[in-house]
Amino acid sequence: MTSEELKNLKADKIVDARGTACPGPLLAAKKAIAEVSSGGIMEVLSSDEGTKNDIPKWCQKMNYDYLGVAEEDSYIRLFLKKA
Amino acid sequence: MSIELEKQIQELQKKVESLEKGTKDQLSMVVFSGDLDKILAAMIISTGATAMDTKVKLFFTFWAISALRDPKKKAKGKNFMEKMFGMMLPRGMRKIKLSKMNMAGMGTSMIKGIMKKHKVASIEELFAIAAELGVEINICEMSMNLMGFKKEEMIDYPNLKICGVATFLADASESKIQLFI
Repeated sequence: MTSEELKNLKADKIVDARGTACPGPLLAAKKAIAEVSSGGIMEVLSSDEGTKNDIPKWCQKMNYDYLGVAEEDSYIRLFLKKA
Repeated sequence: MSIELEKQIQELQKKVESLEKGTKDQLSMVVFSGDLDKILAAMIISTGATAMDTKVKLFFTFWAISALRDPKKKAKGKNFMEKMFGMMLPRGMRKIKLSKMNMAGMGTSMIKGIMKKHKVASIEELFAIAAELGVEINICEMSMNLMGFKKEEMIDYPNLKICGVATFLADASESKIQLFI
């Protein structure tokens, strides 16, 4: 998905992990995904650069669909779909 | 479906089952070092692994056991040597030091300050998260005895177990990932 498409995406759950460092965003995502039903979309906000690589890897391991990343000025928004 | 194909599927299913039995989605780690930086690394890897649904079994041995001491607890019935060791070794995770640049404790308190600034979880927080996420901690009995520590002076942690090398080896042999820190 393009950055524009992602930005217009309506997430079922938004996890704000901004300000936390590794493994904070990952742990926050793990905790929050339990509240998302299958087929639902989750958005992870992070200011930690490494999360951009970590979330796709996490999705791969957990069998979630990684949809992409949209960059804002001081943070990133990562989108994924629970299978 | 042809009988041939069905047979092939059955054989494949059997193979998959035996492969799954061979190694689990599990991480076994020997935590040997008593250095703050190395135990931090061990705890970050452990909590991260549980976030990826990987079961984690830690095997604390030698210097690392000092980090599991509870400074508020005291054990009775120690002999002279055990008391000496107890005095010389760090009393818990708050007292352990960096492996490099400790500079008489200055480096360690500096790194703790920097960690806070970067919002990195402290070692106490990481142990609390690990407990919540079900990271298992096993303590090597032999080295605990060598250091003169007793189980009564270890931290409150769910299912803290005392074990021997066979426990580690059995756990490690069925783990996909094995590490030594």
